[in-house]
Amino acid sequence: MPEPTAPDRVPVHKTYKLFVGGRFPRSESGRTYQAQGANVPLASRKDLRDAVAAARAAQPGWAGATAYLRGQILYRAAEMLEGRRGELTALGVRDAEVEQAVDRWIWYAGWADKIAQVAGGANPVAGPYLNVSTPEPTGVVGVVAPAGTPLLGLVSVIAPAIVGGNTVVALVDEAAPLPAITLGETLATSDLPPGVVNLLTGRAAETAPWLAAHRDVNGLDLAGADPDQAVAWERAAADNLKRVLRPERAPVDWTADPGPRRMLAWLETKTVWHPRGL
Amino acid sequence: MFEYAPAPESTAIVDLRPSYGLFVDGRFVPPAGGRGRDTVNPATEQVLAEVAEADEDDVDAAVAAARRAYETAWGPMPGRERAKHLFRLARIIAERGRELAVLESLDNGKPIREARDVDIPLASAHFFYYAGWADKLGYAGYGPRPQPVGVAGQIIPWNFPLLMLAWKIAPALACGNTVVLKPAETTPLTALLFAEICQQAELPAGVVNIVTGDGATGAALVRHRGVDKIAFTGSTKVGKEIARTVAGTGARLSLELGGKAANIVFDDAPIDQAVEGIVDGIFFNQGQVCCAGSRLLVQESIADELLESLKRRVARLRVGDPLDKNTDIGAINSAAQLARVRELSAAGDAEGAHAWSPPCELPERGFWFPPTIFTGVSPAHRIAREEIFGPVLSVLTFRTPDEAIAKANNTTYGLSAGVWTEKGSRILAVAEKLRAGVVWANTFNVFDPASPFGGYKESGYGREGGRHGLEAYLA
Amino acid sequence: MTGLAEVTGSERALRTFLHGLPGVDRVGLERRAAMLATRSIKASAKAYAIDLAIRMIDLTTLEGSDTPGRVRSLCAKARRPDPADPSCPAVAAVCVYPSMAPVAAGELHGSGVRLASVATAFPSGQAPLAVKLAEVRAAVAAGAEEIDMVISRGEFLAGRYGAVHEEIVAVKQACGDAHLKVILETGELGGYDNVRRASWLAMLAGADFVKTSTGKIPIAATPPVTLLMLEAVRDFLAGTGRQVGVKPAGGIRSSKDAIRYLVLVNETAGPGWLSPQWFRFGASSLLNDLLRQRTKLTTGAYAGPDDVTVD
Repeated sequence: MPEPTAPDRVPVHKTYKLFVGGRFPRSESGRTYQAQGANVPLASRKDLRDAVAAARAAQPGWAGATAYLRGQILYRAAEMLEGRRGELTALGVRDAEVEQAVDRWIWYAGWADKIAQVAGGANPVAGPYLNVSTPEPTGVVGVVAPAGTPLLGLVSVIAPAIVGGNTVVALVDEAAPLPAITLGETLATSDLPPGVVNLLTGRAAETAPWLAAHRDVNGLDLAGADPDQAVAWERAAADNLKRVLRPERAPVDWTADPGPRRMLAWLETKTVWHPRGL
Repeated sequence: MFEYAPAPESTAIVDLRPSYGLFVDGRFVPPAGGRGRDTVNPATEQVLAEVAEADEDDVDAAVAAARRAYETAWGPMPGRERAKHLFRLARIIAERGRELAVLESLDNGKPIREARDVDIPLASAHFFYYAGWADKLGYAGYGPRPQPVGVAGQIIPWNFPLLMLAWKIAPALACGNTVVLKPAETTPLTALLFAEICQQAELPAGVVNIVTGDGATGAALVRHRGVDKIAFTGSTKVGKEIARTVAGTGARLSLELGGKAANIVFDDAPIDQAVEGIVDGIFFNQGQVCCAGSRLLVQESIADELLESLKRRVARLRVGDPLDKNTDIGAINSAAQLARVRELSAAGDAEGAHAWSPPCELPERGFWFPPTIFTGVSPAHRIAREEIFGPVLSVLTFRTPDEAIAKANNTTYGLSAGVWTEKGSRILAVAEKLRAGVVWANTFNVFDPASPFGGYKESGYGREGGRHGLEAYLA
Repeated sequence: MTGLAEVTGSERALRTFLHGLPGVDRVGLERRAAMLATRSIKASAKAYAIDLAIRMIDLTTLEGSDTPGRVRSLCAKARRPDPADPSCPAVAAVCVYPSMAPVAAGELHGSGVRLASVATAFPSGQAPLAVKLAEVRAAVAAGAEEIDMVISRGEFLAGRYGAVHEEIVAVKQACGDAHLKVILETGELGGYDNVRRASWLAMLAGADFVKTSTGKIPIAATPPVTLLMLEAVRDFLAGTGRQVGVKPAGGIRSSKDAIRYLVLVNETAGPGWLSPQWFRFGASSLLNDLLRQRTKLTTGAYAGPDDVTVD
């Protein structure tokens, strides 16, 4: 009889969970699905509801933080992400994608205290008034994250929303959810207030309609949605006039310079008038 | 007694035709279906003219003309040359300002003083402002070589007919787009005069097309697949329908919709100016303004005193003939709108709020509603939540700044807001917390082409005016 | 507005009260005044307004070069502004320096045109109180029925409201039965907030009229400042039950200007102020323009410079 080859130690496996309100709950439905060789929570519409509530609760505080502080925290998140390179590559994310994702965070982190200067400013009105336009966050942004680039794609849609003071509920890549959960873990350890980013694993086809129709969601990024499926969600989003970013018909190169477009999509311009007089 | 004698503006300057066609491809053409609709003077109910009713074929022809002009004339034209066309339009509007003002007052019912001093000068200024952008778009912050979107379908309301036309057409043309514009069914006349101005300015045919008609015409324009961009100003209800229709078509969309603005008056406000601001906020243009300050939020400690001043001031408003230069409040634009104002006002009575109006004699003919102030309004009342779009003010009180902000933001709208206080730090803090696209501090209802305008939440999206107003018309 | 007696009880109480008055937003105030300037007054309303404006004039000469002869001719004009038209009303008053008061008193006696005299070291007000009071008494003794005093702008700007108040009270007492107009010299007060405070200070001290200006500095009466003072007298009446008049002075030269002021009165303080008892124009050349306009309305033709008298 051969000697049994018992390992010295049994490794501890990670249980992959949702990221909602800064915590890592299971789906309230108790459901999971298999992805990347793991059991992953299959988020329900109630998980979505909870995630929106967490995002809403976090939004005023996050928007009220100074732009400087938001930039600092986002940079911290990039630092944390860099430290997880090994783990992320082990989950099948290409090394280059991890690097690009970290660099993308840093790029957006630097925007925190600059976007208001680029997108706002004083307007020279014809009268004795001070007139100043300032970009303000739209509020809670729902995201259907892109598939295929599970880390860079997700970072590229989350970061531009939160840098301006929005909070996010993201439905992550169904087929490759583990990098997203790992990203959630880095965010949980980077001083980002709980609820600013909420990540739901599972089937976007199941939860996205609820996200699109939710009346306490202000914006909807359909980057990862199938363009034909997205039509119904865009239509549902009209009920409370969510700002909508439609999916591109052509494949998106997420490594390209994103420009300010995605940030501006989730910023409202507020213009304040005040008379000038001695 | 010192009673101002009537000082009516002469209508001799306006040369009305008995009937008007559609303005397509640089010419006035009869509508395909041969149908027309009377436009009436809301102050007298007299018919001013018959105006064509565009159907799908007419819209199709207009879009085709706009496409041709986009591809062959306007699109290829250097920004520098487009600019000169827009400058011309600005100048001609100013030159024909009196004619436009009288026509606007006739068709809309607004006081000639407002048409003359606000609508028309601002419309001209808007064209002048955007003219200058036409050859500087690369510096606007939307990339080094921003491109036009293409053909824009634009639908405008009846409250500021020519001014809303200017807000739509000027930035679209400056960015190199061509347009098909649908004026409101009750106020098409200044748009048709503007069509003549386009001819006078030798604007290339098809760059501006005006299709008159009602909601069906607008719907045909929204549905049309040849349109690359829809811009709409009007009700939130219709705005949502448009957003649903446009979903999946790829057409760009900007919406400027309703509002229920709070005008917050703190106890340290400059009271006399606040009273003026409240009056301007709700009675300007008979309250038919999307950014009207229709909810007065007054600090409880000065509520009685302020209301007394407000009522005394409102009692001095002069209601009547819109063409009288001394008229402050003109006619409601249409029978339908008057019915809506009456319905909501009746709801205010029924829900237990107290209505007050100054004694004023309303003309027998025409559509009239007296300036009205509701006190004892609770946030749950319909008149505190729904847009009335008429000269009806709902007064609510608050005790602390936090309560004022919470009440002000407690609406699905988010277009504008007002705040009155002499304390600078409070102005900045309150302005920051108000969820509204325009905040007037110690003033109200001032507008400028350089100032972005547009809403949060269900008041729509996109901005009109200023550098920000270019974004909706650039790809 | 109870306890107004107490607010003048101490320097501190007076300061607290005056600084507790609502602020004035310059842009909003001027916007309102500009809007009211667009009122169009035509036909019968215009004829009425012109006659009313004539009846509201304090026909004024305040020059170092004034002589009895000049004052006599001014008084004659005050009584019969248009010698060719007996239906033309007389002005409200003639306003002169105290030294000219005896002459004017003689000329105006029995005419119904009142005699006003400036006093209190007009226009600067920089004299000892005793001198100012003596001047007031002398003017009243000479027959002045109205005294136009100046406040001490220096004291006011230094924040010594109590001193300004006491001085006005003392002058009012010295006036006896004569009406007291208090000149704020608004062009020197450094802003609208101070105009409102000074108006209230004068009214609290017993002013029968608040008046904008001496006419001796470049910035005299303006529509916004007059509008603001009309708000003050309106609010003072509401708070105390006592009505105070308003007198813009200086720089009002045309009928068009005068009618604009009447519109301000009508729409701000209300018709209750539309009489010479409660509103005056401190002016000299205004009268001739009103007369020319009056002629134009009666005859239909524009008048020339020689159709009215030079004084």
